[in-house]
Amino acid sequence: MAEQRKLTCISCPIGCQLTVDLDDDGNILNIEGNSCPRGPIYAKNEVTNPKRVVTSTVRVNNSLVHPVVSVRTVDAVPKDKIYEVMDLIRQLHVDLPVKIGDVLIANIADTGTDLIATRSYE
Amino acid sequence: MKNYDLVIIGGGPAGLAAAVKAYDLGMQNILLAERDDCLGGILNQCIHNGFGLHHFKTELTGPEYAGRYIEMLEERHIDYMLKTMVMDLAPDKTLTLMNSEYGLFSLKPKAVILAMGCRERPRGALNMPGDRPSGIFTAGTAQRLLNIDGFMPGREVVILGSGDIGLIMARRMTLEGAKVKLVAEINSFSAGLKRNIVQCLDDFNIPLYFNTTISRVVGKDRVEGVYLSKADEYFRVIPDTEVFVSCDTVLLSVGLIPENELSRKAHVKMAHQTRGPIVDNTYMTGVPGIFACGNVLHVHDLVDNVSEEAEEAAKNAVAFIEKGAWKAVLKIRQEADCKVQEGAGVSYTLPQVLNFEALEDLTRINFRVKKLYEGASIKVHFDDQEISSRKMRVMAPGAMQAVYLKKEDLDEHRPQTITVSIEEGEED
Ligand SMILES: Cc1cc2nc3c(=O)[nH]c(=O)nc-3n(C[C@H](O)[C@H](O)[C@H](O)COP(=O)(O)OP(=O)(O)OC[C@H]3O[C@@H](n4cnc5c(N)ncnc54)[C@H](O)[C@@H]3O)c2cc1C
Ligand code: SF4
Repeated sequence: MAEQRKLTCISCPIGCQLTVDLDDDGNILNIEGNSCPRGPIYAKNEVTNPKRVVTSTVRVNNSLVHPVVSVRTVDAVPKDKIYEVMDLIRQLHVDLPVKIGDVLIANIADTGTDLIATRSYE
Repeated sequence: MKNYDLVIIGGGPAGLAAAVKAYDLGMQNILLAERDDCLGGILNQCIHNGFGLHHFKTELTGPEYAGRYIEMLEERHIDYMLKTMVMDLAPDKTLTLMNSEYGLFSLKPKAVILAMGCRERPRGALNMPGDRPSGIFTAGTAQRLLNIDGFMPGREVVILGSGDIGLIMARRMTLEGAKVKLVAEINSFSAGLKRNIVQCLDDFNIPLYFNTTISRVVGKDRVEGVYLSKADEYFRVIPDTEVFVSCDTVLLSVGLIPENELSRKAHVKMAHQTRGPIVDNTYMTGVPGIFACGNVLHVHDLVDNVSEEAEEAAKNAVAFIEKGAWKAVLKIRQEADCKVQEGAGVSYTLPQVLNFEALEDLTRINFRVKKLYEGASIKVHFDDQEISSRKMRVMAPGAMQAVYLKKEDLDEHRPQTITVSIEEGEED
């Protein structure tokens, strides 16, 4: 066996310790330690294309009470795209009202997922 | 002022879930009192994801989780008051409240649910020597500044304590362009969840030093740096281990304390282990008709557990109002049917007492372990007799654990003492 990797599944707060066996070409031979089917999915992504949901805030133009509104990417984005996503978030300014789930940037940084508001402000 | 049968103090996830559940069980005369200008409690500033996986089967951010409950509250037209501070609570459940609309006013409901949450341990409680420059924040204050007020607390950051809020803020400030230099933890383990160490520190190569603390803060007006020292197992600084790290900001993430001023005023008996009220399996405190749930009771790491606990408390509060249930067991604090206690390796159990008249099919006993255990077993004893043993892969102090007791077992044994303990496993 070429490599064994120990990972902590971050898909839920239990945080199972996963052991992933890889062959010389990086193919997954075996995954152990998960308590539910989300574990192997996480492990597969983590060794091939690690992804994270990005959460942040964007500036509000037209309110003194609520200077920022919280946002997130709907799905996880590749880790190496996180800073690109953050740059776009920082440049974005929105006007109120905003509602939970409003799409603020569609297909952000070509990741195939949208940036949405996570809070409603009048 | 209309009188209410049930008053819930605090509009965080605990208060919201309690209100919705009580309403759904037919209690319509409910008031939810919240001192802040919006509902949602601490969730409003927790803009990261990781909430609701259990309860809503999807991963939400804090504001989204709160948003779902606020919607349910609005749909049911449950009365709530914002910017309304509960100032006093008497043992006979008379509440004194204050807001700008009514000034100072009082209510006397049939039952009260405490859902005031917790607050952060402040710097003063830590006794950190050195100068007192600006730039020192509790992690939660920094979180509020950045996520609600849109104000970046600093550029070069050292974090003291590896609690979850500190870990979450390490990532948050890094993504906002700050340099988070390190996290120093005085213990030999983290109080935070493992997943937060992975996704908030490891992802960004932020080092976490154990057995390490800040021995001095340097700076006149603004923090200029800190001295870090190694600490021994009694948390004493080891001399001559000092190293200097420059920074303009120090975040303190050294734990949360349940907010129990009101509980004390009502003569609710407290547990020193949790720093929250002692409750029985109905979540009733030692004062008849006063119930407690959420972080005011014990600090939770999972909001899903908060909602679940609040629903239980609400269900029992409704039963108390409607049936005057369990009046007979009000002596419980002195001579409870059954005490639940922590054994080896366990820092607390909750509930701390059982009321056999109010048993459900399954009684959930929450507990936390004192240190990291791998391959150890959870043992439950009824008096001297071992009732169950379950081997666990990993148990960490940061994650709340639970065991479930069956009604038939409790009815059969009627133990006076139930002990939850940890037994370390053999190497295999
Ligand atoms: C930084 C942080 C990160 C977290 N991350 C996660 C996570 O990723 N996933 C997860 O599932 N859980 C997480 N949690 C845990 C979870 O969010 C909390 O356990 C939960 O929000 C506690 O709910 P609560 O209703 O008990 O308290 P709170 O949310 O604190 O609500 C208490 C409310 O009571 C009000 N109040 C207090 N005193 C009075 C008074 N006298 N009169 C009127 N109102 C009053 C307060 O203003 C507040 O609104 C996190 C917690 C924190 C602090
Ligand atoms: S494997 Fe399943 S249970 Fe374990 S941490 Fe991942 S999601 Fe949670």
